[in-house]
Amino acid sequence: MQVEEIITNLKSQIVSQLNLEEVKPESIDANAPLFGEGLGLDSIDALELIVLLEKEYNVKIKDPKDAKAVFASVKTMAEYIAAHSN
Amino acid sequence: MKTQIQSYCHIKNNQVYLNGELLYGLTESNDPAIYLSELYKILTLNYPKFFKMDKQCKLGVLAAELVLRSIPEFEGLNKNEIALVFSNQAASLESDRNHIKSISDKTNYFPSPAVFVYTLPNIVIGEIAIKHKLTGENAFFISNTFDAETMSSYASILLQKHLAEHVLCGWVNLDGNSAEAFVYWLKNLNFNGAENELKNTHNSEQLQHLYAK
Repeated sequence: MQVEEIITNLKSQIVSQLNLEEVKPESIDANAPLFGEGLGLDSIDALELIVLLEKEYNVKIKDPKDAKAVFASVKTMAEYIAAHSN
Repeated sequence: MKTQIQSYCHIKNNQVYLNGELLYGLTESNDPAIYLSELYKILTLNYPKFFKMDKQCKLGVLAAELVLRSIPEFEGLNKNEIALVFSNQAASLESDRNHIKSISDKTNYFPSPAVFVYTLPNIVIGEIAIKHKLTGENAFFISNTFDAETMSSYASILLQKHLAEHVLCGWVNLDGNSAEAFVYWLKNLNFNGAENELKNTHNSEQLQHLYAK
């Protein structure tokens, strides 16, 4: 799967998995920060994103130190998935 | 010193009452998720975290919102002096069931942190406290039915011992499609007259009366 395709899928999956009812997938900026500003996700959301990667893409973050960079934005998530999915 | 039930909200059977008056009749849907979302929109809450809550927390947060909006002095109060005392019968059964569902298939084992975090009944206190930045004492009781005696006694002790100056109390119970919230605000009064001169004196009989209305 190409990064752009993953980005499109991820936006819908994030809205659905994190119950972001007032957010439309297409309105998510792939480069915007997921935490703090941007979507304003919290620590429970971070855990849900880890589950989402494993459940939907069979991708695990092996080194916890990578997590901050992986979950910086939808684009960084998609790039990590593209590089690590089978 | 006397304590008054200054304001109370009752949500039951798709209807929302404030201080005994019918405020909103919600959609006839049996599903609390549907009519609670409708109430969220009516109240223009603008609180995205609402959609992440389990149904019981949504119920408690909405009832608390109505009560606190009806207290004119609320915003100016010291939030550290406001206690929360809640109770219910179902504990966190609805979220417990959802969590069990997510871990029952060992070949598709993906427990959801967002569901798991609601598998404690007192999370409803946490959600209300977070939304309104309340940092006072808190307690949650489980009983078969609304126990006016325990609720009244516990809140009175908090007030008498000055562990709190105000108390937000409630019964927030959700099990399947059965949902009910009775949330009320207690205020200390400098009033030395007879109890029958005071509207909604806080005692177990009056609480039970308002709950059963």
